[in-house]
Amino acid sequence: MNPIKKTWNWIDERSGYSDYVLPLLKHIVPRDARWWYVFGSATLTAFLVQVLTGICLAMVYVPGGDEAYESLKYITDQAFMGNLLRGMHFYGASAMVMLTVMHMCQVYLHATYKYPRELNWMSGVVLMMVVFGMAFSGQLLRWDDNGVWSVMVAAEMAARAPVVGPWISDFIFGGAVVGGATLTRFFVFHVFIMPAIIFAGIGLHMVFLLRHGVSEMPNPEQPVDPETYKEEYEARLEKTGVPFWPDAMWRDVVFSTFVVAGIVLCAAFLGPPALSTPPDPSNIHSNPMPDWYFWWYFTVLSVLPSSMETWIILGAPVFGFLAVLLVPFISNKGQRAPSKRPWAVGLIVFGATSFVVLTIYGYYKPWSPDFGVDPLPESVIGVSSGPVFEGGQLVHKKGCLYCHHIDGYGGHRGPVLSDIGQKLTREDITIRIMNGGYNMPSFAGSISSEDLSHIVDFLLSRHPTNEKTNE
Amino acid sequence: MNPESPEDQVSCEDCAARRSFLAKISIALSGVIGAMMTLPGVAFILAPVVKKPKEVWRDIGKPEDFNDEFKLVRYEDPAPLPWAGVTSRSGAWVRMIDNEFTAFSITCRHLGCPVRWVKGPELFMCPCHGGVYYKDGTVAAGPPPEPLHRMQIRVRDGIVEIKTTPVPLTTTPLKAIDV
Ligand code: FES
Repeated sequence: MNPIKKTWNWIDERSGYSDYVLPLLKHIVPRDARWWYVFGSATLTAFLVQVLTGICLAMVYVPGGDEAYESLKYITDQAFMGNLLRGMHFYGASAMVMLTVMHMCQVYLHATYKYPRELNWMSGVVLMMVVFGMAFSGQLLRWDDNGVWSVMVAAEMAARAPVVGPWISDFIFGGAVVGGATLTRFFVFHVFIMPAIIFAGIGLHMVFLLRHGVSEMPNPEQPVDPETYKEEYEARLEKTGVPFWPDAMWRDVVFSTFVVAGIVLCAAFLGPPALSTPPDPSNIHSNPMPDWYFWWYFTVLSVLPSSMETWIILGAPVFGFLAVLLVPFISNKGQRAPSKRPWAVGLIVFGATSFVVLTIYGYYKPWSPDFGVDPLPESVIGVSSGPVFEGGQLVHKKGCLYCHHIDGYGGHRGPVLSDIGQKLTREDITIRIMNGGYNMPSFAGSISSEDLSHIVDFLLSRHPTNEKTNE
Repeated sequence: MNPESPEDQVSCEDCAARRSFLAKISIALSGVIGAMMTLPGVAFILAPVVKKPKEVWRDIGKPEDFNDEFKLVRYEDPAPLPWAGVTSRSGAWVRMIDNEFTAFSITCRHLGCPVRWVKGPELFMCPCHGGVYYKDGTVAAGPPPEPLHRMQIRVRDGIVEIKTTPVPLTTTPLKAIDV
């Protein structure tokens, strides 16, 4: 026997590779799963990317109040490969969040959570929540002004909880205000606590997976009956199953290759998100925004009526989590095929659509006054002097344009005023400006009667474009 | 040497009692080990929650520096950690009319984003979810459930001072921070 073989045999016998590991790799799986089942393994791959790049970044990153920003700048601008690694960690996070959700949607659509895989589902849901926690704490470790205000928003949300709220937010801050003790807390969560939970959770998820086997593709002819499922599953598997490695796993490997390549390419060509200004909590020019995967929630917080707000802020995460977690207990038997479960399909479609719509809204922030609007040019005002002209200047100066849109200029929060002259009378407009209403502030205390009459003159001159050209 | 044979042990009556005693003591000791390991750490971690924040007066300038236009002032937190750097700063909007000072924390009462004073319309506007406040701090539009948090100002020996406060959290009863 050649020495290499001999050595290997020695190791194999002592370690139990052939006895324990190989059977796991080669366990029999259904042959029909094909490409549907690649999301779970790709999530794991993305997690590995995060672990590896994260370890590298942590070698340089300083989780201290002031120095975090400087060390991030160093990583981005000077450290060899630093820019690429930061990028990979960022796009890896996006990939992991996306793949986790896709994996869950696939499992939900195929009702794989039904008997006997309830715990597979539940451990997955817990893992998903931790992944979200990682995503949030991670964007915050990018400790620029956005990071500071993310903490602030998190603490303010926690503070809404009855009784214990203020304690939780003090815990988040590490004191009564954002300061030197804040960032290290999130660093510890992001780098020690949550990764440990994820490692343990993945282990558990894998144990459940191996215990119950990979599910078959749903078949309307084979509804799940807990009485007979296991026997039938094993019988079918014996007849048609294939070993996981390599017959099924090659697809996982191919898909993961694309995922990692995508992460690296995005990192190389798009680069990591730019750092904004230093983490100064007294900087009022900050424009806090979460990372894209939380824009939908940002929208929700913006458009909620304030009477419901506290309920949603506190209740939605808890009840949302419980609802998803307990899905297997709503029904753990019967049909798995999407064609027989229209509600499930509808829910996924509804969820995906809402996500896209809310995300787009989150990006445009139409509820927010637009601080950077340009003044109206003469071509829009229509005249170059007189009260109408004055009014046209004043709508910018007095901030009307932050919220109202006129012929291509201004924000989107309030109604468009391009043809307001046709819709409202002088009196209506005056009353609306003085008293405010709906979501408009009252300007009674901050506008002189002369300015007011100019603004009204100007607004009355707003007519639909075709009429203006007719004049 | 005459060791007892294993069979004797298994069948003996006392052994069951002994075993259950050993199990109990092991569980109890594990609890003690756990407590010794974790309690100091838990106290360490929770200390900031229990500790009452100090409130101190911070110098923000001379009365001449202020007029009827809101001005952003920056001041240090009461007990900044040595490594906190810029993160130990807080901000407030301050103005003075007829020697009367008005000061608002920049923290939006909705979810804490920094509000800006916008001169023309004389409003405080929040960049996050569209919260707007009048110049007296009351809510003009958007989701904020409460008016801007008023801060205390005093003038001592020709120096304007502001009293630091914890971040105004929306559930914190106003009285608790105003005193
Ligand atoms: S934080 Fe100011 S409106 Fe939400």
